[in-house]
Amino acid sequence: MSYRLGVDVGGTFTDILLVNEETGETFGAKTSSTPADQSIGVLRGIEMACAKAGVSLSEVTHVLHGTTAATNAVLEGKGAKVGLVTTHGFRQVLQIARSFVPGGLAGWIIWPKPEPLAALENTVEVIGRIDASGKVVTALDEADVRGQLKKLKAAEVEALSVSLINSYTNPEHELRIAEIAREELPGVPVSLSSTVLPELREYERTITTVANAYVQPEVARYMHNLEAQLEKSGAANGRLYILKSDGGLTSARSAADNPVSVMMSGPAGGVVGAVWVAEQAGFEDFLTFDMGGTSTDVALVQGLQPRIGRETTVGDLKVRATSVDVRTVGAGGGSLAHVPALTQALRVGPQSAGASPGPAAYAAGGTEPAVTDANVVLGYLPTDLAGGEITLDREAAKAAVQKIVDATSLATVEEAAAGIIDVVNENMFGALRLVSVQQGFDPRDFALVAFGGAGPLHANAIGVLMGSWPVIIPPSPGVLCAYGDATTSVRDESVRTWIRGFGDLSDDSLKEAFEERARNAVATLHAEGISDEEIALKYSADVRYHGQGFEIPIEVDLSLFDGEGGGLAALRTAFDVEHQRLFSFLLENNEHELVTMRATATGPRPNVSSLTLAEGGTDPKAALTSTTKIYVSGKWEEANVYDRTKLLAGNVVAGPAIVTEMDSTTLILPQHAGTVHPSGSILIRPTTSN
Amino acid sequence: MARLIQTATGSLEAIDVDVVTLDLVENALRHARYEMDEVLLRTALSPGIREQHDEFPLIGDPEGKMVVGQFGLSIPDFLENFDGDIEEGDVLLTSDPYSCGAAISHANDWLIVMPIYYEGRIVGWSSMFGHMSDVGGKTPASMPTDAKTIFEEGVVIPPFKLYNKGVLAEDSLRIILNQVRTPDWNRADLNGLVAACRTAGRRVQEICQRFGADTYVSALNALMDRNYRAMKTLLAMVFKDGETLEFTDYICDDGVGYGPYELKLSLTRNGDKVLLDFSGSSPQAQGPINYFINENLVRMFFGIYMITVADPQILWNDGFYPLVDVIIPEDSFWKPKYPAALNARNHGIGRVFDLFGGLLGQTNPDLLNAAGFSSSPHFMYSGNYGQGEREGEWFQLYSIGFGGIPGRPIGDGPDGHSLWPSFVNIPCEYLESYYPMLIERWETVTDTGGAGLHRGGNGVDVGYRFLEPGTIAIHDDRWLTYPWGVNGGEPGARGTKWIDRVDGTREIVASKVIDVPVSPGDVLHFVTWGGGGWGDPLARDPELVGLEVRRGLISTEGAKRYGVVCDEDGAVDHAATEQLRSEIDTERTKPLPTFNMGPPLATILANCLEETGLPAPRPPIHKRW
Repeated sequence: MSYRLGVDVGGTFTDILLVNEETGETFGAKTSSTPADQSIGVLRGIEMACAKAGVSLSEVTHVLHGTTAATNAVLEGKGAKVGLVTTHGFRQVLQIARSFVPGGLAGWIIWPKPEPLAALENTVEVIGRIDASGKVVTALDEADVRGQLKKLKAAEVEALSVSLINSYTNPEHELRIAEIAREELPGVPVSLSSTVLPELREYERTITTVANAYVQPEVARYMHNLEAQLEKSGAANGRLYILKSDGGLTSARSAADNPVSVMMSGPAGGVVGAVWVAEQAGFEDFLTFDMGGTSTDVALVQGLQPRIGRETTVGDLKVRATSVDVRTVGAGGGSLAHVPALTQALRVGPQSAGASPGPAAYAAGGTEPAVTDANVVLGYLPTDLAGGEITLDREAAKAAVQKIVDATSLATVEEAAAGIIDVVNENMFGALRLVSVQQGFDPRDFALVAFGGAGPLHANAIGVLMGSWPVIIPPSPGVLCAYGDATTSVRDESVRTWIRGFGDLSDDSLKEAFEERARNAVATLHAEGISDEEIALKYSADVRYHGQGFEIPIEVDLSLFDGEGGGLAALRTAFDVEHQRLFSFLLENNEHELVTMRATATGPRPNVSSLTLAEGGTDPKAALTSTTKIYVSGKWEEANVYDRTKLLAGNVVAGPAIVTEMDSTTLILPQHAGTVHPSGSILIRPTTSN
Repeated sequence: MARLIQTATGSLEAIDVDVVTLDLVENALRHARYEMDEVLLRTALSPGIREQHDEFPLIGDPEGKMVVGQFGLSIPDFLENFDGDIEEGDVLLTSDPYSCGAAISHANDWLIVMPIYYEGRIVGWSSMFGHMSDVGGKTPASMPTDAKTIFEEGVVIPPFKLYNKGVLAEDSLRIILNQVRTPDWNRADLNGLVAACRTAGRRVQEICQRFGADTYVSALNALMDRNYRAMKTLLAMVFKDGETLEFTDYICDDGVGYGPYELKLSLTRNGDKVLLDFSGSSPQAQGPINYFINENLVRMFFGIYMITVADPQILWNDGFYPLVDVIIPEDSFWKPKYPAALNARNHGIGRVFDLFGGLLGQTNPDLLNAAGFSSSPHFMYSGNYGQGEREGEWFQLYSIGFGGIPGRPIGDGPDGHSLWPSFVNIPCEYLESYYPMLIERWETVTDTGGAGLHRGGNGVDVGYRFLEPGTIAIHDDRWLTYPWGVNGGEPGARGTKWIDRVDGTREIVASKVIDVPVSPGDVLHFVTWGGGGWGDPLARDPELVGLEVRRGLISTEGAKRYGVVCDEDGAVDHAATEQLRSEIDTERTKPLPTFNMGPPLATILANCLEETGLPAPRPPIHKRW
């Protein structure tokens, strides 16, 4: 027997999912995370899952892991002390940071400028210059390089980054500096901008390279610890793979070399998990809605392919790295409602109750009204949750929400609570619009997959706002990320910036360039023992009109490259269609321009079978546990409460109803019903046509 | 006055909108406004818009009053001055400040105004303007520093229908684009502006569909009222009834040899209302620096300072306007008479920030910042390639420079940053790919930020090496008067520019010039000014001063302005520091001044040539058209 393991480390819990590769049978485990050394919790969880399945660790062949190691290093400011080598005259590239000040007209008054990721005192400049065409204008002064590197050695930098002007066109100076650094700073990992992000725009390239260097020691240490733990516990055969921000898997070594590519590993796990769940339920186009305690992540998936973006944002840090286009809003179950005295508006967030004291309903000292408190007041979160670790204090929640009543013209605590829910839902709606309407997609053509601790509670209401049906509540919404980790494929992409007008390209030259990218990407998968027959190749190009500052990614069908311009013509047409869809006009006088080309090689999808529930007819009464009162549309109504574990395929749960399970609660609104799909998901749809 | 054609009859019902719906509408509008930016920035071609974000969106209520936006344009003033019908599908364009009541303030800004219809009635307006890199006329970039009339400033488009009921006025557009050096850029940027306004229109229609037009318009009124009430409270809180506050700042010169121009602003609260009065400011300038501003824009500037600090999440709007009276004297710097030249009004717009900052900060320490990077210095370079594959091809650059943000109550002013929302610099690699130049240096300049407990940001030195013969133009200021410090902080350094010619000579470049020839190998240094310091420099942590010496942001000599003695590595000599601090403290006049504007103006003028390498400007004269 051989087994795959999906591992997702969250802030509070570590989720493990063990999958039998032959039968597809799964076993889950949940354990507390161990922030000091995450590998300890991971191993404990693995042992629990294996014990549950009666499997020995040596039977585990693949360990597939979504990690927040890189993200946390940034958010907690615990990355390496980074040295930065720049071109003479450009030492302050991060200090100037494109001169950008966020916020509105008077925003500069209140903006606290973050310190550069590589401190200015640890930034040096070297003599040597390459021009925009890649020509060496001034030779690299190696004596100068050595002198500057010695300064960084004296400053005891833990990681080195090198980002020289125009290195995206010619990396030779950066490569030479890396060689010298191996002599001057032995053992210090080096990140080169020409390797990490060979793209035009020096600030963006530099910050991305520095970010890579900043998280590298932490990620490498974690990879090393985890591999050592796995080996020690007998899982020596188990190969460790890491989920990248783009939703594909990569080897632990490659993740450690290029950690900037795993910064969104956590959220990407949720999205690929949602892909798995939606596919089982028979939906290809959907939005994902992952609502946690302090933030909510949303993304768009079309044809089971998550939309990919070119930017990754973690806290204040924005880098250019390919990732699933996940947008985050700083609002979740813990977000606090408040009313500024001056404007008397009802605001929710950005302040959060956090884990401690948490919402007032947790009765741990919180007195300010959180979104969770509003849910408790309205009866959406039953206080007597079966199997729940926390009992909720309804009176404390009401007392907190009363503060909003006191500060506004709202008449009752229920109205205030409903207002809080409406305002926070509107924030979510705004984020979902960013990935749908604002990208030219009509949300009514998409389903909505809701997960995370608070997602299923708000999902029905979000579905109403978006017109996205059905709303899909996966089985065990809390371990969806681990599902994602276990069910995705090994992937590598090879990218090249190659700025050329279409007039300077031919089908043949472009095809050859794509094939070269493909050879690079495939080689990585070969090294993982994946054969050519198992590899699927995809090509894409970032295209713009000559002179534009932004590109649109376009899928490329290599079979259309017939040597007679068919490929270029197809690319041109596809770009125009996309430009028209996004911006409602074309620039007919402007030449099309290729900017970046990439080939993506994807290995086989693992064989993981889904759950199949027994048929149970439409009536869900066998799962009915109690009734409760909930406040909807301005009045209290009776709602049935169901136990998710007892629901069977075909059951139709009519709203208003609440479905409870270990790690989540689903709210089904009046005039809506949830049908239980054989794969375990609940599909919520309106019962009245509109 | 525009005649608005609406097929719907009857009026909308006024609805009492609950606080939650209000927030929902507010949020939806906020998103729509950011979407406007995104549409334009992603489709624009000119570097000024695509790389630097020189554009301003706005969504208005049925009367055109701003419900979301930032500042910089006024729809009611536009409509007041438009003579004709406006119907569904119309999109209006203008670039003429004189025929839209100063809704915009120079001819480089192309303004789109579009009615938003829902069920046959106007429920709002979307509008946006962007700075066109070139609008024709006698000099590339269309901003002649020696212009005395608007006729020298390129094509000036009176308000007209670019789209008449959805149909593009091809002929008119062709005539306009025939006047400019960069028709492809202008066409693409204009397309982007229209697409952005249409996007906003669709979003407003969707909101109406969701909540009903009655509720939507009522919500706008309630949002306006929210601003009105907030402002009323703020005014009473901040200003004493009957007391008059005054502040004066300067524009150094007008491009044709006169200066400095005195800009005066006073504020008096009378009961619920305040009066903002520009009387006493210099008469209209001979050169093109006049900043033609209308009363509504003054209210906008005032409002942003007052409201954003109070509730940063608020969507600030025009609702408070009835609380603010404005007096702008005729024939002045602020209200020049047609056809005065206007192109270089960017210094005036910038200086408004300092003027309001200095005025309002006198009563409210939360708002008192030092003088900052209150302009948008322009640098232009153009010519024809003389060699290579691009031989004969025209190139033209318009770019904006940035400098020191002032010391602020919350901390130091960032070095080399922008005071303008969402503006960014053009990357070196972009410049080198698209223009025949090599950037030798792009760094902030040691010691140029004013000393203070919170240091002013350093100015920036960009060294441009030209690779093709061509001409350059510069619009700059604060080369003569100082970016002032506050609460004991010192002024920042003034800006300066020079060309190191390929033959080894150095040439000081004046603040406002056009058509300066450059040759391959010449290097222009464009050094912007630093921000003023905030608070007593002697109170700054000596270790922080030492760290900044190590970072190269302050020199060991500059550290002495903080009374700090340290070596090149920033190691502080504490005993020497203590002694120096006590010496400085004994010698200086106390209490420390609230404003430190540097030496008296007469001294500045007397030392002008010696200190700046440029002759002092002559006193402004009042010669009217």
